[in-house]
Amino acid sequence: MSFAIELQNIDKRFGAVRANDQVTMQVEQGSIHGIVGENGAGKSTLMSILYGFYQADSGSIKVFDKEYWFNDSQQAIAAGIGMVHQHFMLVDNFTVLENVILGAEGGYLLADGIAKARKELQRLANEYGLDVDLDATIDSLSVGLQQRVEILKALYKGAKILILDEPTGVLTPQETDELFKIFAALKEQGVTIVLITHKLREIMSVTDQVSVMRQGTMVAHVQTAETSEGQLAELMVGRKVLLDVSKGESEPGQVLLKAKHINWQDHHAVPRLKNINLELRAGEVLGVAGVSGNGQSELLQVLSGISPIQQGSVEVKGHTFDKSQQTTPANMREIGMAHVPEDRHKMGMITDFSAAESAILGYQRDPALNQGWWLKPELVAQRCSDLMQAFDVRPADVTLKSANFSGGNQQKLILAREMEHNPDVLLIGQPTRGVDVGAIEFIHKRILDMRDAGKAVLLVSVELEEILSLSDRIIVLCDGEITGRMAAEDADERSLGMLMANAQKAHDPLSQQPSQTQEQEAQA
Amino acid sequence: MSRDSRLAWINGLLLPLLNILTAFAATAVLFLLINVDPIEAAKTLLYGAFGYSEGVGYTFYYTTNFIFTGLAVAIAFHAGLFNIGGEGQAYIGGLGAGLVVFMLFPGLSPWLMIPASILGAMVFGGAWAMAPGYLQAYRGSHIVITTIMFNFLAATLMVYLMVKVLREPGQMTPQTVLFPENAWLPFVHDVLAKFGIEVERSPLNMSILLALVMSVVVWFFLWQTRWGYAIRATGRNASAAVYAGISQKRTIVIAMCISGALAGLVGINELLGYHHRIIMNFHVGYGFGGIAVALMGRNHPFGIVIAALLFGTLYQGGAELAFEWSNISRDIVVVMQGLVILFCGALEYMYKPWLVRWLAPVQEVRS
Amino acid sequence: MNEVTTLSDMWLTLLLTLDATVRLSTPLILAAMAGLFSERSGVVDIGLEGKMLAACFASATIAHFTGSPWLALGGAILASLSLSIIHGFATITHKGDQIVSGVALNILVSGLTIILGLTWFRQGGQTPALTGDGRIMSIDLPGAELLNSIPFLGPLYKELISGHNILVYVAFALVPLVWWVLYRTRFGLRLRAVGENPNAVDTAGISVVSLRYRAVMIGGVLCGIAGTYIAIAHNAQFTRDMTAGAGYIALAALIFGKWRPLTVFMACLLFGFLQAFSMRIEGVDLPVVGAIPVQVIEAVPYLLTVILLAGFIGKAIAPKAIGKPYVKER
Repeated sequence: MSFAIELQNIDKRFGAVRANDQVTMQVEQGSIHGIVGENGAGKSTLMSILYGFYQADSGSIKVFDKEYWFNDSQQAIAAGIGMVHQHFMLVDNFTVLENVILGAEGGYLLADGIAKARKELQRLANEYGLDVDLDATIDSLSVGLQQRVEILKALYKGAKILILDEPTGVLTPQETDELFKIFAALKEQGVTIVLITHKLREIMSVTDQVSVMRQGTMVAHVQTAETSEGQLAELMVGRKVLLDVSKGESEPGQVLLKAKHINWQDHHAVPRLKNINLELRAGEVLGVAGVSGNGQSELLQVLSGISPIQQGSVEVKGHTFDKSQQTTPANMREIGMAHVPEDRHKMGMITDFSAAESAILGYQRDPALNQGWWLKPELVAQRCSDLMQAFDVRPADVTLKSANFSGGNQQKLILAREMEHNPDVLLIGQPTRGVDVGAIEFIHKRILDMRDAGKAVLLVSVELEEILSLSDRIIVLCDGEITGRMAAEDADERSLGMLMANAQKAHDPLSQQPSQTQEQEAQA
Repeated sequence: MSRDSRLAWINGLLLPLLNILTAFAATAVLFLLINVDPIEAAKTLLYGAFGYSEGVGYTFYYTTNFIFTGLAVAIAFHAGLFNIGGEGQAYIGGLGAGLVVFMLFPGLSPWLMIPASILGAMVFGGAWAMAPGYLQAYRGSHIVITTIMFNFLAATLMVYLMVKVLREPGQMTPQTVLFPENAWLPFVHDVLAKFGIEVERSPLNMSILLALVMSVVVWFFLWQTRWGYAIRATGRNASAAVYAGISQKRTIVIAMCISGALAGLVGINELLGYHHRIIMNFHVGYGFGGIAVALMGRNHPFGIVIAALLFGTLYQGGAELAFEWSNISRDIVVVMQGLVILFCGALEYMYKPWLVRWLAPVQEVRS
Repeated sequence: MNEVTTLSDMWLTLLLTLDATVRLSTPLILAAMAGLFSERSGVVDIGLEGKMLAACFASATIAHFTGSPWLALGGAILASLSLSIIHGFATITHKGDQIVSGVALNILVSGLTIILGLTWFRQGGQTPALTGDGRIMSIDLPGAELLNSIPFLGPLYKELISGHNILVYVAFALVPLVWWVLYRTRFGLRLRAVGENPNAVDTAGISVVSLRYRAVMIGGVLCGIAGTYIAIAHNAQFTRDMTAGAGYIALAALIFGKWRPLTVFMACLLFGFLQAFSMRIEGVDLPVVGAIPVQVIEAVPYLLTVILLAGFIGKAIAPKAIGKPYVKER
């Protein structure tokens, strides 16, 4: 058996965090090898080291039986390694061709290289079914096509080993299927594929072997055929996964939040929400399922007053808002809405602020904290300390910088801030993203407590298990549209998965108009 | 001591201190290069700044300007804005102070005249900063470029006004007529004389009290009011601020207005306090100096007062140096400002990796 | 007969104004191209002014001591280059704020040139006036006198095209060269890429750090030439703050020209023309409008830039990664 990759005792630290701890793994030549693990388990770091993007603190790397030490990606590329990152590494206003040749221009002048590249790319495209318009600029391409460009880039540079980091996170099921077809074509040609993912179903359906990582260490290597999703999940978190949350019957009361005919476009005039209608009742959890990036963020932002309403109306506890009667986040809070944002670092807190200051974010105008013009520090500290006690936030130090809490404790502080204010309507986005298992259970329980206390809860999550175990009713968002509504007991992962893909139009590469921006720029 | 608190010490005290020392060391090297003994120079400088009461007066007089512009830069920094337009705002602030004086009845009581003029300086300075703030908030123009352009616009506007419109009739020098005496801020030496304390005459005037009061007001505003909270939240994390119901656009405009108003007060110290008329270029260097003061003072009013005092000392002491050494002028202070901005600002974290490795080495923690 | 004279007089006046435009645009073009390299790589260069000023001082000083304008040019380039390396050290290596660093260098240089000038020359911060040898002199192109008798075209050749110094021709030749480098070479492709998405460059195995250093250093060299031009070609000595905001005008032209070589060049010509025009009409009563205050015309470049940035005439889209230090994503 010959190996494409052999990693021995790789160590890598970032500050105080040990991202990779004595990691050893081997990948068979010509196989599809999966690496699974939770967020922060060290998968991406390991592969970035293999790609020369980071340097290991110690350990050894062998590629095709030859020992290497990669100081930069150029050396890894030369050794036959290509990588498709989770966030695409593309220059948006460059054409596909320009992106592909970047770093492999073939000489000081561009003209020859471009001509040669065009021919070679056409060959690769035919061989692997990677059709894409070479003269289109990246920003005119769909996410799925951009990913193809990334794959082409790697192949063009002679990759014999292709690493893909969470490639399906941004794809619809259809696009995912197409990607897996490309995998098959690549494998047939002898390309070795390393697939990093936390989605167990993908691992089960496409890989030959799986390596499991947990908290920076490699915990198991198994043949895919000899394992199961359950076993992998257990290996990933280190214990049996209990995602079954016990919850009683819901007693839905009156409608507290109503969205009617919401349409919303981003500043590129791309429609992000299409004719959204929904009702949220007191005493129920309405789950919003969908692949990340299908309008969930925009929905939360429109409902919470962050983004202005462009079309349609939002009704909260009898107050109606629309295009001419806009609302604000402050106003929404006043009438009894609370919002736990999807991204706690970008929106939920201010990492440079003390815990106390983050604990009043959004409530800085609260009369209980202010005396006239004076926002009294001791009242703010007291508020924070109460919240910390109620949600068991550790360390219970109100002066500590928000950044210095763990993900779970940051999230608990935010939940405490929003829930303890006793809102009637609670919007929650990705409540357990990047949160440790212990905190997940705590957070789930609190969400159900809110429901049982007669609050209306809108839960947005990309984790289907979370949606299924917490929701009373579920709606599915796809490409900005609601593609399905059902009671939770009628839903399962398969039916939701179908709906999450439902309205997705197939992306036809031939329909892409080539963009001439670059040419125009060159002529200006 | 825990690692976190060591890091806090490194970031909060050690690093700024080392940076300032580096700037000083670089200045000392420059002194050696131009054949001036840095120790002698430091002695002369300190004597010039504090050795006699007139010098002390000048030192505090310059300090006053630096407090105003330092606070101005700092408040914009807290909102995440780099207000590089302190020069223009100070200049236009002076114009506002003067115009208000000329508009009012000359016999008006100083108790009305002076506050009105202060208000005029703040409104004009604030308005000159508000325009770039507005363009940043509502039109997306980059505030740094716009404020630079507004510095030049202020300069050309003032040349035009002083030469063509406001010049004292029959005079060649582009300056206005004297303000009526009711608009003069009392000199500190006059005030002290009333209490029987004799000090030499100096331009130091009651503006310094205004500067100190403003420092306290700015501190209270930033850390103990919800508007200050809004400004700091916007500067640290704009989308979190929006989430918190804070209008980013309004906050930017407000922060710039306050910033410009503070810079405009330089006009009060210079014109109402000392020159008693509008003159050309009274503001030069204080706006940029404010950047150094704010960076050195870590954008905290207390630090700013200290840093302003340091620059005031250098400014006055620098003049003394020029008497002793023919190859030194007050420009040495400009050099120091540059070095302080370089080492305390752009190279702020130069020593950090080294300090962290030495004083707070990483303990292993599993992710 | 009379009419022809008036016409050719007007022609001459126009030519002289355009000639002044060429001379005043030259440092703007050089500095704006310097800024273009730096900013297309993602590094804001607010320090054009300081680098030019340092180059002014260095060239005037070296020309005074050696009498060689070419040594002066070399020294000026070195002075400006070392400042750009400091800027790179602060902003690329140490990921410091690019604007703060630029401001620091501008202020530092404006003080340092005076202190060094005082130490070496004791003339209030100026350098001694240069006599012929130390300066870069104008070149009369062949046949300028001979062809002058040809109506219209003769004066055009003599007044506008001929009779500039070599650095003027360098500046104008630079523009197509910059265009070619930016759009037709490997370096240009990478430079444009690193200013848009440094991650893409890094993962392609190209060093972001070295690419940005090279861009910033090219800027240093060009500012060195610009400063030399101002001090020992356009003038004959160094005087306090003699760049007088040219660096900022170049920055404005860079933005006004949307970071593209040809449009930036046009913006430089426009701003140079406005300066030449304001000099020519100073104190002149124009028909219809009367005397326009010089300050009004001087303010036009600043106003235009403000208006453009506010998006009232077109939109200035900066390189996407501009101003952000590159930190590898974790």
